[in-house]
Amino acid sequence: MNTGTDTSVASASLPMTKALNAGLRQAMQNDPKVLLMGEDIGPLGGVFRVTEGLIAEFGDKRVLDTPLAESGIIGTAIGLAMRGFRPVCEIQFDGFVFPGFDQITSQLARMRNRHEGGLIMPVVIRIPYGGHIGSIEHHQESPEAYFAHTPGLRVVSPSNPHDAYWMMQEAIKSDDPVIFFEPKSRYWPKGEVRFGESGTPLHASRVVRAGTDVTVVGHGAMVSVLLQAAELAAAEGISLEVIDLRSISPIDYGPILGSVLKTGRLVVTQEAPGFVSVGSEIAATVAERAFYTLEAPVLRVSGFDTPFPPAAVETHFLPSPDRVLEAVDRALAY
Amino acid sequence: MISPNGAFEPNAAAEEFLPYLDRLTEADHRRFYRDMVVVRKFDTEAANLQRQGQLALWVPSHGQEAAQVGSAYATRAQDHVFPSYREHVVGMIRGLDVVDILRMLRGVTLGGWVPEEHGNFHLYTLVLASQTLHSTGYAMGMQLDGSTATGNPETDQAVIVYYGDGASSQGDANEALVFAASYQTPQVFFLQNNHWAISVPVARQSRTPLYLRAGGFGMPGTQIDGNDVLASFAVTAKSMDDARAGQGPSLIEALTYRVGAHTTADDPTKYRDPEELAYWVARDPIVRFRSYLQGRGIEQEFLDAVDEEAADFAADARRRALEITGPEQSVIFDNVYAEPHPLVAEQKAWLKRYEASFDEGKN
Repeated sequence: MNTGTDTSVASASLPMTKALNAGLRQAMQNDPKVLLMGEDIGPLGGVFRVTEGLIAEFGDKRVLDTPLAESGIIGTAIGLAMRGFRPVCEIQFDGFVFPGFDQITSQLARMRNRHEGGLIMPVVIRIPYGGHIGSIEHHQESPEAYFAHTPGLRVVSPSNPHDAYWMMQEAIKSDDPVIFFEPKSRYWPKGEVRFGESGTPLHASRVVRAGTDVTVVGHGAMVSVLLQAAELAAAEGISLEVIDLRSISPIDYGPILGSVLKTGRLVVTQEAPGFVSVGSEIAATVAERAFYTLEAPVLRVSGFDTPFPPAAVETHFLPSPDRVLEAVDRALAY
Repeated sequence: MISPNGAFEPNAAAEEFLPYLDRLTEADHRRFYRDMVVVRKFDTEAANLQRQGQLALWVPSHGQEAAQVGSAYATRAQDHVFPSYREHVVGMIRGLDVVDILRMLRGVTLGGWVPEEHGNFHLYTLVLASQTLHSTGYAMGMQLDGSTATGNPETDQAVIVYYGDGASSQGDANEALVFAASYQTPQVFFLQNNHWAISVPVARQSRTPLYLRAGGFGMPGTQIDGNDVLASFAVTAKSMDDARAGQGPSLIEALTYRVGAHTTADDPTKYRDPEELAYWVARDPIVRFRSYLQGRGIEQEFLDAVDEEAADFAADARRRALEITGPEQSVIFDNVYAEPHPLVAEQKAWLKRYEASFDEGKN
């Protein structure tokens, strides 16, 4: 049985789940040391079906349905990486990564450093994250700052199916551990995926919509919110330049600083709580490096500094296009 | 197998393991004894070094020598060993220069050696039980790359992981047992029950003998007298043979005693009954094995020579420990990542410029 996408064609319109599936499949075909681990990722194909069909194609020695224990998944993946494998671990939901947090931060992230460079830790941890899906507690969170704060980890998040396809392959090729945040609200909208093409380094942010008045930055599901905001702003004659961060650690400041040089105004956005966040880091760095080009303080639009709320009120919690535009207006008022 | 007075008196449960003793020659017996004596002397010297400000910390192994020496000799060259942080003599037996252990405790490295170049003796792990999962993953890898259970005992590999009664309460230790049982990994969990997790007695960790937990995970568990080096060797040899042969994981609980402090930062007189200590000192693994060897007619000259060798070994370790010098400051930044990382690179360059600026001021 092969339910995988036909990647012999030049491109296809796919949802992100299928694009990730194609990326995983390509990586597994390219390198026999790549293996998948996680809960329900075998015959079920994962709760989001990202690994659908892969156990049938590659067998249960390449796709490991594991016991239900996140620390066990990460800890054994570390051992497998020490042995020369390249494990890709699926964490079922954002809020379930914390039982594995110690193995990620105290072990995985430091293993190469502790070994004085004597080994590599090519482990990818896939985490579906973020809100907008109306789910219950622990299923809508954005914990990326915890990982970005940890030296030794790389942290990325694609915003669209094509990026998901190639970024997954690049993450698996990386000899460092990569935390791969998949914006689950963007799992289903389709987008054009160009197969076989990459050519972009894993940690490259990108201007996804050019503009002149205010720079807005976000990652994952925020990018589509920013694009909506840019459409609304354009109708009012305000030109937003939208930057897709793509990489959260390290952050590629080139496009951000280049844009701020042009606009003089920056709004950073994220679903995560704003206190000690990725947005805070960008605001601080841009203030340090582009102080004299700024016409206004860098503003943040974030989730509130509260637990992710009950789904019934999540639209009040999550940054919307209107909340972004409110900050844009404030930036323009200076 | 060996009673506390040194007599060879195997009980009924020991019988199935007795054939493994046939593998041991007289020379092996001498090596067992020598290693136990040497590491104890080294252990004492390392504690002295700490007291003299030459090490940040020391982790004594006094009392646990038989459990460690016997199990270490049951491994084969192709096996992999995942220690906790007290298995100095296991490292020594696997080919590690124990001064490399002192490098970490002297604060010049977070690791200390390359496992593959030192008998596959992996780095010490300071977060309790973390290494149990790494070892299980490693053993899964042996299965996946076909390095075990081929039927060739000369090449088939297995893993032994050391942990303790305190670590047995950690989630990771339990998850490792779950994964090991699920995937039937070629692996031995060697649990040294030294009765104390710093100040907390084993009774607080478990209401059941720890080896009985193995059954709950679906693997064999055996409790041994951890101060009997022959029992430790024989039972571990069987378990490792079984693991290499594809018969899955098992657990050994070695009953022993931490005669010293948890570390040099600890004061066991605040929480331990002197009578308990006296009980275990009377069961000292080295004294016991010496009695056993004497019963077999070992010459006094050998015993004296071992004492002399141990003194020389410790003095040499001390001398070389004092010669360990600190790393360059660039070690802060090197090897955080395998591939270039702009933030780390910037900070490395900045620190170099910043510190060089002080030198410029002197000129």
